[in-house]
Amino acid sequence: MLVLVLALDTATAACAVALAELTESDRAPRESTAGAVPGRDEPAAPGVHVWPRGSVVTVDARRHGELLAPSMRTVLDDAGARPSDLAAVVVGAGPGPFTGLRVGMVTAAAFADALEIPVYGVCSLDGIGAATTGAVAVVTDARRREVYWACYDDGVRVGEPAVGRPAEVAAALRDRGVTGVAGPGLALYPAAFAEFTSVAVPASDGGLSAPEAGYPRPELLVGLAGADLLAGRPPHPLVPLYLRRPDATEPHAPKPVRA
Amino acid sequence: MPAQHGPMVTGPVVMGIETSCDETGVALVRDGELLGEALSTSMDQHARYGGVVPEIAARAHVQALVPCVRSALASAGLRAADIGAIAVTAGPGLATALHVGVAAAKAYATALGVPLYGVHHLAGHLAADLVDGEPLPDPLIALIVSGGHTSLLRVGDLARDPIVHLGDTLDDAAGECFDKVARVLGLPYPGGPAVDREAVGHDRTALAFPRPLTGRTDAAYTFSFSGLKTAVARWAEAHPDTTIPPGDVIASFQEAVVDVLTAKAIRACRDHAIDDLLVVGGVAANSRLRELAAQRCADAGIRLRIPARRRCTDNGVMIASLGDLLVRSGAAPSAPDLAAMPGAFLDRAQLGLPEPALHAA
Ligand SMILES: Nc1ncnc2c1ncn2[C@@H]1O[C@H](COP(=O)(O)OP(=O)(O)O)[C@@H](O)[C@H]1O
Ligand SMILES: [Mg+2]
Repeated sequence: MLVLVLALDTATAACAVALAELTESDRAPRESTAGAVPGRDEPAAPGVHVWPRGSVVTVDARRHGELLAPSMRTVLDDAGARPSDLAAVVVGAGPGPFTGLRVGMVTAAAFADALEIPVYGVCSLDGIGAATTGAVAVVTDARRREVYWACYDDGVRVGEPAVGRPAEVAAALRDRGVTGVAGPGLALYPAAFAEFTSVAVPASDGGLSAPEAGYPRPELLVGLAGADLLAGRPPHPLVPLYLRRPDATEPHAPKPVRA
Repeated sequence: MPAQHGPMVTGPVVMGIETSCDETGVALVRDGELLGEALSTSMDQHARYGGVVPEIAARAHVQALVPCVRSALASAGLRAADIGAIAVTAGPGLATALHVGVAAAKAYATALGVPLYGVHHLAGHLAADLVDGEPLPDPLIALIVSGGHTSLLRVGDLARDPIVHLGDTLDDAAGECFDKVARVLGLPYPGGPAVDREAVGHDRTALAFPRPLTGRTDAAYTFSFSGLKTAVARWAEAHPDTTIPPGDVIASFQEAVVDVLTAKAIRACRDHAIDDLLVVGGVAANSRLRELAAQRCADAGIRLRIPARRRCTDNGVMIASLGDLLVRSGAAPSAPDLAAMPGAFLDRAQLGLPEPALHAA
């Protein structure tokens, strides 16, 4: 069985789109055309192999809304694929800054709805964590002097993602025996995470110096949904991981008017 | 295949998406005919805050958008694959909320391989009742009265011509004034409909609230409502033990607003020798505004057009109608990197035109 999947993530400053083929075995899909990027040598999950077919990742926190749809078009065109070839959409459901996150979530939901295919939400931090080994934490920018974070053990997430102040998060990581930290939150708060090894996660093409290195890799998200997808298990409803309530205060009684 | 009799000229099914404030609206229109619609509102979630909270509105749009599309399609008996073009409010409005609709519209357009039209929300209001009636007269004077805008416009061909502002509000919009005064007078949220309800059957001449900018030397088409709000608040504060029924105070306030709106609109029609007036936007749902506008237009020999009340407040039909109008007039689609434009100024119906098309226009 071979399925073509579009993955996207807008939970960080990177607007990330990837196309990938999923197979149950480690045999390259016959239909794979020249130009297909070599797949991972390890299965993404037991019986799940991901064969990347191209990606567009642009680091520009303010332009997700503009860039996402054209990036999807480019990724499909470059692979000679049409939207109707897709079997599913996978989207990073956060946590991430709200406006960018929503662009990805509603785009994935609408795109899948238009094609009448399922859409699977996965944790965006896993798009970084899945590329790590050992006891590593992923930290990303949550704005307001906080970070989103989650812990990984050999690439598999342990527990739920959370949000907190860098110093408090560092203390929590210490308690859990985490040794390394990855993700764009690290460069924002180097002092808070100074005691941990900086874990560099390469970009999809293997480069460490590309601007998108260290951001979620959308093709890794495909692997995370892969088992459900290949088994034909229907996705859970899409729920954005905001991890914070909306800012809103109830008004006081109307102010008296001075004459 | 059955033989076709006569020319079968049918345009594409245009899906309109509106998310500029707290309403998620979706509708399907083809050749001026409404095929299906759906509307979801987060109004109840904002009530305790006394106004729309942008983050709450945006979260609600994300949850409601696809279900609204499905429900609109179901009511039309269509599938997504039947959609031939997408129109979306690109601005103005709440940035957080606009982003959701624009992203969804681009996703549907990309997935279906159909053209995308970004439209101006206020131009959408102007197109609100195209599915219920005749094409719009050209030219016409338009009075837009909503929660965020109050403008008098000269409109030609809505799909093609630039829209000319004759005058706008210097401060609060008419709807904003209704909402703020409602709060001062202790009426529930949202204020406009509450004022409308409470004023029914009451004496609108009980109090003479000011008619701002109606002096002989004032700008003829310019509005100002913040002073009126202050006048009502001051009066209420100075008369805590009044025997005047609250409904009379409310009716008198409402009369001041609709008196100014209609007087200036009629004046604009007369000055420009245009016999057609279109009144749109959320405040156009106000029963007294509708009554007074009808009466004054009849007296002045002006044809009045006001959409049905449910089409005055934000909805998807108005966006689909405008998209359908653009498609039928041969407009070029908007650029594929269409952005949300929270502060978009109204000078034409379409937003996000690609550069060459803009220059050719
Ligand atoms: N019956 C009414 N009487 C007066 N104002 C009304 C009435 N119904 C709605 N409004 C006002 O219309 C405004 C909403 O207009 P609408 O066009 O729906 O939204 P927006 O301003 O976001 O475009 C609000 O200020 C509301 O109080
Ligand atoms: Mg409106």
